[in-house]
Amino acid sequence: MLNIKNLHVKLEEEDKQILKGVDLSVEAGKVHAIMGPNGSGKSTLSYVLSGREGYEVTDGTAHLGDVDLLELEPEERSAEGLFLAFQYPVEIPGVGNMTFMRTALNAQRKARDEEELSAADFLKLVRARAKDLKIDADMLKRPVNVGFSGGEKKRNEILQMAILEPKMCILDETDSGLDVDAMKLVSEGVNALRDTGRGFLVITHYQRLLDHIKPDVVHIMADGRIVKTGGPDLALEVENNGYADILAEVA
Amino acid sequence: MALPQVKVDATDARVADLSLVETGWTAAARKNALSRLREMGLPHRRDEYWKYTRPDTLVQPEAPAAAKFDPQEPPIFSEMDRLRIVFVDGVFDPEASDDLTLEDVRIDRLAEANSDIHWARDLYGALEAEGQEPVERPLATLNTAFATDGVLIHVTGKPSKPISLIYYHQATSSDAVLHHVIKLDAGTEFTLLENGPAAARFNKVMEVEVADRATFHHVRAQGRDHERRAATHIFARLGAESTFKSFTLTANGVLTRNECVIELTGDDAVAHVAGACVGDGDFHHDDTVFVTHDALRCESRQVFKKVLRNGATGVFQGKILVKEGAQKTDGYQISQSLLLDDDSQFLAKPELEIYADDVACSHGSTSGAIDETALFYLRSRGVPHAEATNLLTLAFLAEAVEEIEDENLRDEIVSRLEAWLTRHQS
Repeated sequence: MLNIKNLHVKLEEEDKQILKGVDLSVEAGKVHAIMGPNGSGKSTLSYVLSGREGYEVTDGTAHLGDVDLLELEPEERSAEGLFLAFQYPVEIPGVGNMTFMRTALNAQRKARDEEELSAADFLKLVRARAKDLKIDADMLKRPVNVGFSGGEKKRNEILQMAILEPKMCILDETDSGLDVDAMKLVSEGVNALRDTGRGFLVITHYQRLLDHIKPDVVHIMADGRIVKTGGPDLALEVENNGYADILAEVA
Repeated sequence: MALPQVKVDATDARVADLSLVETGWTAAARKNALSRLREMGLPHRRDEYWKYTRPDTLVQPEAPAAAKFDPQEPPIFSEMDRLRIVFVDGVFDPEASDDLTLEDVRIDRLAEANSDIHWARDLYGALEAEGQEPVERPLATLNTAFATDGVLIHVTGKPSKPISLIYYHQATSSDAVLHHVIKLDAGTEFTLLENGPAAARFNKVMEVEVADRATFHHVRAQGRDHERRAATHIFARLGAESTFKSFTLTANGVLTRNECVIELTGDDAVAHVAGACVGDGDFHHDDTVFVTHDALRCESRQVFKKVLRNGATGVFQGKILVKEGAQKTDGYQISQSLLLDDDSQFLAKPELEIYADDVACSHGSTSGAIDETALFYLRSRGVPHAEATNLLTLAFLAEAVEEIEDENLRDEIVSRLEAWLTRHQS
């Protein structure tokens, strides 16, 4: 599904190398987790994959299926089935949440030569998905993320994921800013989307999210590289011993 | 102080070929206006009040030519139930207009009101003359003296539908001078719509008296022709517990100056004036607003948003004057521009002048570009760059558009903005 080879990335504005040769493959139906200390390049990886400006790929490749992601605009990557759940979902005053989601879904459908969804059909779809995530009508009516609590913002990200039905989901620190109940709700939302045809890449500092979203594979990232890969146990090891031991071990 | 010769000459040249109506109930007001005009002279580019907008083409005797532009869509408000009054290049078109009768309203035309007595006699030119203090507005005075037509609307109840003034532009160098007077009796409610490019050059004055507990809604769309010019003035006087809400959409037009002068004279009155403008290229748009609080517990809001690209210029001069004794005033003023490139500019002069000690007044002015973070967020969800930019642009304009209370009218304005943005995508 997602294939990253030897990916090197530097900041566009300054001479600073962030990713120094990332190799990673996420298969359809699998959940991969990336853990790592602050500044290891986890979020940069998610931004580069989704096409955010400000980064320069100096070497390596990233493919979603047969598609070369790095050649595409962010909206084209999205239409190809890539989805990034933001660590800090953006507030957009003046744009209604429903309008936003409908515009996004129909833009994607149009890009894929599918028929656009009518307002009525869209409403039906949103209501069904929103209910599962305990998102009320008021949150749908308000401007995108404006006045949302931390938990509401993350639930709204998962709602978008549920509506857009991407092939490959990247969750960037989705647990940050969430209390235990909110984390459970968000995780249930993600788990409901787990499917043989869909891959997940879950980026997190902490093991606790992985109690709820059980990964198949865990990677440790440090200083711009994947330094260790293992099963779910690896996350527990981090939880118990911190990153220092692992980093010392691979150094 | 004697008027500078350059102003004397410019004023003489402008009025040379205009003829003053000397009979009927407007004669005295017109004569008075001409003598006031000669004292103050027409605006000059060195006048402080015209620092950001060159008045030359608004003042010169001949209207500069302006080509017609067809955006390939029916004029705004076309689908609405309304009473239509049509002017073509400033000339009333009886064929295209509806019968000027509507329950709870009396409608006359200025050009036909020739008797000696008329309800508008005490208002015509009176609010305009009052509005000359403390800042002179000579183009409005010129209008009072030489207006060729206009509508006189006396609202005595709550008419079932809006009156819609529709201005077409046909002749390349047409120069239209229209003067409307609107009077709302106590407790009445009325909506006025205006749309169309009007003429190559349009000078319009609207005087509005809103009596106690009356509500006036005004929604205007100035658009279409790229080369048209306009200088418009609204003079409004508000009684106790009355409401005045005016919104203007401006799209295109090489030069537009919209002045709005509001006097809150009765306690607990509310005045909102808002504008959304979109300009691409050779476009200069000036909102000049002056709100005077002269009563207790009045509320005023000025909300102006401008989207500018390819060298377009936006100007905002907005003032809140709170007179002594106008306690518990609630005044708000915001002017913002969205600059879509480095060539466009926004010039703002927000002013507060307060002589009461128990008031809440706030004002703000900003210029900015599209929020890149929001743009990326939208694109990451599959919304193409151009569409995402338009969505954010509409969001920027939303605060002004939301000042329109009626949902259908609001939707009409938004659909026009969407169409304009789609036509002007980069």
